[in-house]
Amino acid sequence: MRLRLQVNGTEREAEAREHESLLTVLRERLGLWGSKNACEQGECGSCSVLMDGDLVCACLVLAGAAEGRDVRTVEDLAAGEHLHPVQRAFVDAGAVQCGFCTPGFIVATAALLRDNPEPSDAEIREALSGNICRCTGYGKILEAVHRSAAQGYTS
Amino acid sequence: MTIAPPKTRLRGVVGESAPRADAPPKVKGEFLYGSDLSREGMLHGATLRSPHAHARIARIDVAAARAMPGVRAVLTSDDLPTREKFGLMRADQPVLATRVVRYVGEPVAIVAADDPEQARLAARAIKVEYEALSAVTDAVAALQADAPKLHDPKDGNVIEDVRVVHGDPDARADVVVEGEYEVAMQDQAALGPEAGLAIPGQDGGVTLHIATQWLHEDLRQIAPCLGLPEEKVRLVLAGVGGAFGAREDVTLQIHVCLLALATKRAVRMTYGREESFYGHVHRHPARMWYRHGATRDGRLVFVRATIVLDGGAYASSTFAVVANAACFGAGPYRVPNALIHAVGAYTNNPPTGAMRGFGAVQSCFGYEAQMDKLAAALGIDPVELRARNALENGDRIITDQPIEGSAPVAEVIRRCAALPLPPRRSSNDPLELPGGAGNLTHGEGVKRGVGFAVGLKNVCYSHAFDDFSTARVRVERDQGGVVARVHTAASEVGQGIVLVCEQIARTELGVQRVIVETPDTTIGSAGSSSASRQTWMTGGAVLAACREVKAELAKRARGRRLEDVDVAELLGTPVERVVTHRHRPTEKRNDTTQNDGHVAFLFAAHRAVVDVDVDTGLVKVVQIATAQDVGKAINPLAVIGQLEGGIAQGLGLAVMEEVQLKDGAVRNASFTDYLLPTMLDMPPVVCDLIEFPHPDAPYGAKGVGEPPTISSTPAIVAAIRAATGRALERVPVRPDDIVFGTSSRSGWRVVAGDDPRGAERVR
Amino acid sequence: MTLLAGGTDLMVDLNFGRKRPERVVAIDRVPELSHLEGNGHVRMGAGVTYTRMLAEDVGSAALREAARTVGSPQIRNAGTLGGNIATSSPAGDTLPVLAALDAVVVLRSKQGERRVPFAQFMTGPKKNVRRADELVVGAEWDDAGPAQTFMKVGTRNAMVIAIAGLALVVDRPRRRVGVGLGSCGPTILRAPQAEAFAAAIFEAHGWDRHLTPSDAELKEFGRLVATAARPIDDVRGTAAYRRHVLAVMGERALARVWSIT
Repeated sequence: MRLRLQVNGTEREAEAREHESLLTVLRERLGLWGSKNACEQGECGSCSVLMDGDLVCACLVLAGAAEGRDVRTVEDLAAGEHLHPVQRAFVDAGAVQCGFCTPGFIVATAALLRDNPEPSDAEIREALSGNICRCTGYGKILEAVHRSAAQGYTS
Repeated sequence: MTIAPPKTRLRGVVGESAPRADAPPKVKGEFLYGSDLSREGMLHGATLRSPHAHARIARIDVAAARAMPGVRAVLTSDDLPTREKFGLMRADQPVLATRVVRYVGEPVAIVAADDPEQARLAARAIKVEYEALSAVTDAVAALQADAPKLHDPKDGNVIEDVRVVHGDPDARADVVVEGEYEVAMQDQAALGPEAGLAIPGQDGGVTLHIATQWLHEDLRQIAPCLGLPEEKVRLVLAGVGGAFGAREDVTLQIHVCLLALATKRAVRMTYGREESFYGHVHRHPARMWYRHGATRDGRLVFVRATIVLDGGAYASSTFAVVANAACFGAGPYRVPNALIHAVGAYTNNPPTGAMRGFGAVQSCFGYEAQMDKLAAALGIDPVELRARNALENGDRIITDQPIEGSAPVAEVIRRCAALPLPPRRSSNDPLELPGGAGNLTHGEGVKRGVGFAVGLKNVCYSHAFDDFSTARVRVERDQGGVVARVHTAASEVGQGIVLVCEQIARTELGVQRVIVETPDTTIGSAGSSSASRQTWMTGGAVLAACREVKAELAKRARGRRLEDVDVAELLGTPVERVVTHRHRPTEKRNDTTQNDGHVAFLFAAHRAVVDVDVDTGLVKVVQIATAQDVGKAINPLAVIGQLEGGIAQGLGLAVMEEVQLKDGAVRNASFTDYLLPTMLDMPPVVCDLIEFPHPDAPYGAKGVGEPPTISSTPAIVAAIRAATGRALERVPVRPDDIVFGTSSRSGWRVVAGDDPRGAERVR
Repeated sequence: MTLLAGGTDLMVDLNFGRKRPERVVAIDRVPELSHLEGNGHVRMGAGVTYTRMLAEDVGSAALREAARTVGSPQIRNAGTLGGNIATSSPAGDTLPVLAALDAVVVLRSKQGERRVPFAQFMTGPKKNVRRADELVVGAEWDDAGPAQTFMKVGTRNAMVIAIAGLALVVDRPRRRVGVGLGSCGPTILRAPQAEAFAAAIFEAHGWDRHLTPSDAELKEFGRLVATAARPIDDVRGTAAYRRHVLAVMGERALARVWSIT
């Protein structure tokens, strides 16, 4: 089936099977490998994207149902070599180890700070509880979120 | 001594918390992991697995599968180029099940097709007739004479059997405590699924891009199974999405290469999460019977233990896991008399192998529970009891090996205990209480407990294994000026070996720009990213290579001091050195395991503070404090990352992580039911890094990866015991255990220290 | 024909290759399904997400609490009331609340509208009376006042499927107590004996007054809640634990809402 998607501000077309998730189409059909495939059931947040501004797991979105919607992935955040402040903070805080969960955390953090620019520890923990990291134990991720908040995430 | 002009200060040298070079591509989503690799026109692989724990294969019919659209190859054991088996420490596993399947999930056939859906459907269309055989899924039962034999009948399902006999094994003591303990099966749950891309070569060989912990060991196992010489199989490291031991073994490597060779097309294989649970080895479940004796003033007199580890259907690294469980089975304490008998058994459960801290994790849960029991029996504070028995430099562990270099056990204990405790609970917000988002308590039933534990493990490989790492360091001039290139085969699995190599090279060479190249098999082996060894081994190799490069530069400087020279002038031709680095030799294990089998030892202490809802049995870990002997922190931020991450895995094992098995089948092969700690489960960690440099290690830096996972689990369980008064002899602790005080009994009567092959069933 | 709302259930089956429906109709952007009206009688459209339940006045404090326990922000942004109802998992977090509220499930087909009391809607695990030609368009209930709560047990502090869940509604205006139990039987269960026991106490003391329950009354209420369960042992928990924890939750829930008027 032929799909027309609005991804990172660009109209994209892709051929996909009917049952494929938005995640599969982003990765396998459009070559946007930044959204990761770790659990395929919405339990880890590695494939977090924004759809019409809402943070969702791309693995739980049927690709066909994403037609006509504004999809934003991790690839949308940096401007070339210039990292988005959330990305910068993750690098500087040591919040990245294997990095497989990182794109999902980056997108989820950007969404959190958009809605709540100065979150408390408790608010961060609740807002990011859908993103699993197996490497860091979350301490440096928490710090990275605070750092990006302090820098003003939109800057 | 630096080469750079003194006025330019180098950024990111040894001891600094430099950011990782691979972090920018990772935060941008540009870093390519195994499952992100693709080639125009590549095929997709799929695997058909056994639904039986033990069965004979009567017939396989692949005709329907081969006829399906898009299917390019269907391979069963009849189609294999050789009868070679594979395995990390014993080649006992067939590439595809041959005549018999020994566990639920064992690969029986593989398929390559144009797209993943076709491959999956074709795998499903393969018809296999099985004749069920009786299965043994209890490791102690597997050791008894009447158990069905899974491999060579001579061995009677024993994979490995290690006895440590130290001092007088029959010593008596004033005060004796004993207990039976259980560690359930834990999954490494690396977020990146197993994945590889195989590309057939013009020469009849194959290039495999693979996420693995040890390229050369994979190569050693893959090539014979493909019927190819090693030169025709090239491995390149793909991005690794976490490992924790699960990528120590071969999973899909041989399969994906076979499909590429059969179809002469590039083939990618990626496991989904469910398949990943069947596809890789897990942590060994353990049953342990312990008996400790001490004097009335709290000096350990003896430790006796029997430890049975469930190796599953194939051996994997069970040999080393059993040895570790035994060698470190008495903990970081002075123990004059010991008898530890550890056995690893074949069963029809999924194979088990490496996971962070392997062997040491299991026995630490046992001996630390015993230390608390002993403290209670003696009326001595548990921290004080540990400090009183702490190993010091020159003391011998129960394998009779003296501890040399550094053994700051008492220091680790004292400094961990001195870290600030968290404030008293001030909030009744359910999110900060047991049950969290479940809104279960607003303070009702909540009790706080504090627990303490200390652990011990070796670093690097032991028992005369030829352990080495190879590094090539090249300094040259390019458009950007002077650059140092470091090439090793060490797998960056997230732990930060790329940082270690970069910071060492920068420090030694005084060159700001250091590039760590992609690991592959064109250079010598680096050994595995495991056993907390890469800093010591590959860090050591890079250090040695840098010093040789520096010596050559000094020669070219003809008597001038390198500090006074513009190094670029010396680089008319590049300087390159390749060094193979070995640690000091270790001794082979003898019958009683009394020898210098290990290179050096790692120590850490953990203190856990927990809130427990005693009415519902739910736990919220409030704080973990840790002091760890790291030798030297090459990158303190990365070291803390290892400590916090390792503790999270220890927390998981303490309160939620268990691969649940029923008749050999995994009941919870998904992240919905195999629970991993979330950000709401993981508390703040307070760290104290203790730096007693080890004389043999680069800059004195010992490994750091495993100790955080070893004693954090028993510390948390001790804290839950303190809050609830329950015995809690099993991890993970389940709500039932807290609420009902259910005890976990194996159903076998074993006297601690005795051979489990003589166990009696409890009636 | 398979209906797709938030995707949080169906997509798992698609991703794991368990289902390949011939036709999928996505109903997540049907504006008529996203209505939410309060004012004494609540009508909630099937398309209302858990996030909206948290952000807006949904006319049920317990439903709000239940929504907060669902999955993660990502799941709450996608998952919907209608999806929870139509999937009819015994572990569906909003369902005990609907049961305790005596809510009505509203179904629609070409033949017109059908209204089914929630108590008669579910017939088994992931089974209900919805016909293939019907669509769950929403649920309705009378605003029962503020004395209500939801809680659930899971072995993780977030993002966990309930081992057991409980909703308690003390509807003072209508002089009614509702108890809904999740993950404790093949369907969402009510606890009629516990409801009657609590209602009798309110009746005796007066529905409109602040009361302090005795420990014995709370315990008895918890015990009666637990007796209503028909739990099994499964991968998430044992039947014995479920019974035990239901008693604890019942006791705590009643203690929590008792004083709210």
